[in-house]
Amino acid sequence: MTFEELMEQQARELERQRALSRRIYCCTAAGCVSCGAEAVRKAVAAEIKSRELDGTMEVCGTGCMGLCSQGPLVRTSDDGALYGNVEAADAAALVSAAPADDPRLAQRRIDTSTPFFVKQKKIVLANSGVVDPERIADYIAAGGYQALAKAVAEMTPREVIAEVRASGLRGRGGAGYPTALKWELVAKQPGATKYVVCNADEGDPGAFMDRSVLEGDPHRVLEGMAIAGYAVGAQQGYVYVRGEYTLAIQRLQAAIRQAERERLLGSRIFEDTFQFRVDLRIGAGAFVCGEETALIASIEGRRGQPRQRPPYPPESGLWGKPTLINNVETFANIPPILVNGGEWFAGIGSAPSTGTKVFALAGKIVNTGLIEVPMGTSLREIVFDIGGGVPGGGEFKAAQTGGPSGGCIPAEFLDTPVDFESLARIGSIMGSGGLIVMDKTSSMVDVARYFMEFCMEESCGKCIPCRAGTAQMHDILTRILKREATRADLEMLERLCVLLGETSLCGLGQTAPNPVLSTLKYFRREYEELLPAEHSAAGGER
Amino acid sequence: MSVKTLVIDGKAVTGRAGETIFNVAWENGVRIPRLCHVGGLSDVGACRLCLVEIEGQRKLAAACLTPVEEGMVVHTSSERLKEHRRLILELLLAERNHVCAVCVMNGACELQDLAAELGVDHVRLRYRFPKLGVDTSHERFGQDQNRCILCTRCVRVCDEVEGAHTKDVFGRGSGSLIINDMGGPWGESDTCTSCGKCVQVCPTGALFSKGKSVAEMRKDRGFLKYIVTAREKREWIR
Repeated sequence: MTFEELMEQQARELERQRALSRRIYCCTAAGCVSCGAEAVRKAVAAEIKSRELDGTMEVCGTGCMGLCSQGPLVRTSDDGALYGNVEAADAAALVSAAPADDPRLAQRRIDTSTPFFVKQKKIVLANSGVVDPERIADYIAAGGYQALAKAVAEMTPREVIAEVRASGLRGRGGAGYPTALKWELVAKQPGATKYVVCNADEGDPGAFMDRSVLEGDPHRVLEGMAIAGYAVGAQQGYVYVRGEYTLAIQRLQAAIRQAERERLLGSRIFEDTFQFRVDLRIGAGAFVCGEETALIASIEGRRGQPRQRPPYPPESGLWGKPTLINNVETFANIPPILVNGGEWFAGIGSAPSTGTKVFALAGKIVNTGLIEVPMGTSLREIVFDIGGGVPGGGEFKAAQTGGPSGGCIPAEFLDTPVDFESLARIGSIMGSGGLIVMDKTSSMVDVARYFMEFCMEESCGKCIPCRAGTAQMHDILTRILKREATRADLEMLERLCVLLGETSLCGLGQTAPNPVLSTLKYFRREYEELLPAEHSAAGGER
Repeated sequence: MSVKTLVIDGKAVTGRAGETIFNVAWENGVRIPRLCHVGGLSDVGACRLCLVEIEGQRKLAAACLTPVEEGMVVHTSSERLKEHRRLILELLLAERNHVCAVCVMNGACELQDLAAELGVDHVRLRYRFPKLGVDTSHERFGQDQNRCILCTRCVRVCDEVEGAHTKDVFGRGSGSLIINDMGGPWGESDTCTSCGKCVQVCPTGALFSKGKSVAEMRKDRGFLKYIVTAREKREWIR
């Protein structure tokens, strides 16, 4: 496909969409599908057919619309109204002349002028809930693949990296490593064979950002990967996606096929010499495969175990070749950065954390769902304005960010801006974007035990501190909860925190103590109260 | 080949480019503890006992995987490292059923020796006492999972030296097991050549020769070196 053909396709599709009197968008992300979205979509399609409205109305599935707690969600294009908890029985009303006047639907209409909607800033999720992820034409109509066209036709690889540098984009997988620096490391490595890998092995409990992006807008990630391939000189990309994400896998497969058919992936992309193929690799359920060296081992067909770094993947990655590994959300940020320029992106958020961040809100919060906010938004705004606070008038106790590698943030730090540095300063991490809210009914020791159990079960077993240490820490935490532990046990727990942090082989073991450390730091009393009285009285006996 | 000079525990030493801190230290009489490393096999950095402090680096480094650099200043036995090593050994001793008094390797076990050397006189952790199996289906050797520390020496020697790759790791975390082929009895393995290399490199009594009673098993630690150097030394029989 040439650039002219791409623009022509966009115009044609937009023309077709304009000719319709209404498009009915049904959210078909996993959350809404699990509460009956497919039935709604089918009922609406059948209704359109029976009323012979084909050609004037159409129903299309979309990615996540954000307010997962009120799914299935449906939006109508002509008046922009959003409805929640829609049932198949509402199909007739949805295709009627004025759906908003239907009493049943009117009741379920969601007010989109609330902070949940207006306080968000959508870059990564710009197309989620707007385009049909199963149709490449929809993505092209929304301006898709124009960033890739611009990169290949007008820019040198060096200029692409410079644009990414100007944006200040940092890795969205959790650690916040500057993306341009990583790209440059790979680009400057000698050798003709290099790889681009998209890490979609999202596994933190309560986190579903990457899944939503892949389900809602797979082409954006593919386009970001192809741009990265052009910038670093790679011809092959892999998406390493966890096997549990069946819908995401299905949509990615379809997206890759469509993009190849349109010659947007494969050889002679935009009639240039640049070629880039993307293949999927499906994970088999090991959390540790999100660690980059374990992920590489898994793609190579070996046991998914981390190895010592250095050498880092940019130097020696897949099959020993220079390899760029970025997270789903990082790649999803690339197309808008190239189209709008790095400066535009750098103006959003709070330097040195630029742009936006997608969060998955879960736990004791009214608006469970997917949000995207500028970096530097305060935790209070996220939890109370956007998230709607704790349900039933409960009192906020803590927010857990960063999954099993992160920590719990108590109420006193609610005004902390959410960016990489600020969260690290208070003993948590940004992580990939899971945010679990806890109220006064949650026991923080139990929270720590839960995450330790997770790490124990997900430890690969290679190095001793993580393999045996997480098991011992889990044992101590369990005994504390049963009021069977002594002060010596608590001391040993703290000692093991240091050991795991300093001696474990990979990030999983090194960060496994974080939930314990942060709850000990801010909620130590809860631990002490569970120790037998004679031990907690006067300094304790051994 | 360029040569690097560095300081290990106050001693000025030299090493070839690409050589590890571990090898250079041992060459110079600094015995860094280890359980997963065996000369002649690839290194995996799994036991974490050889962790050392390198001045100017925040993180501890596994000596067996870190190449020497010019001007490096390495500390191998600070109090912090010793304390870490003791706790790692305690974790190992508590993880499975290491009962020296009834073990064939009593008196010659690397785990036991290290524990004694580092002053692990008691274990402060709860013993986990898992119920694990013993495989005695092989005609000459036995495998006792209860004494296994998952160092993977046997896996590596079988793959890298014998070329059979009979053994590998199954499962994950504390539940990991060393299995033969696809997990069947050792005696029925199609790939095992009964060479016994795995038994000789095993640091504990997890792999042993049949017919040995308590404290009778002794392992031939020199055979890997023999394989490498026998031809040039014209040693035809050992």
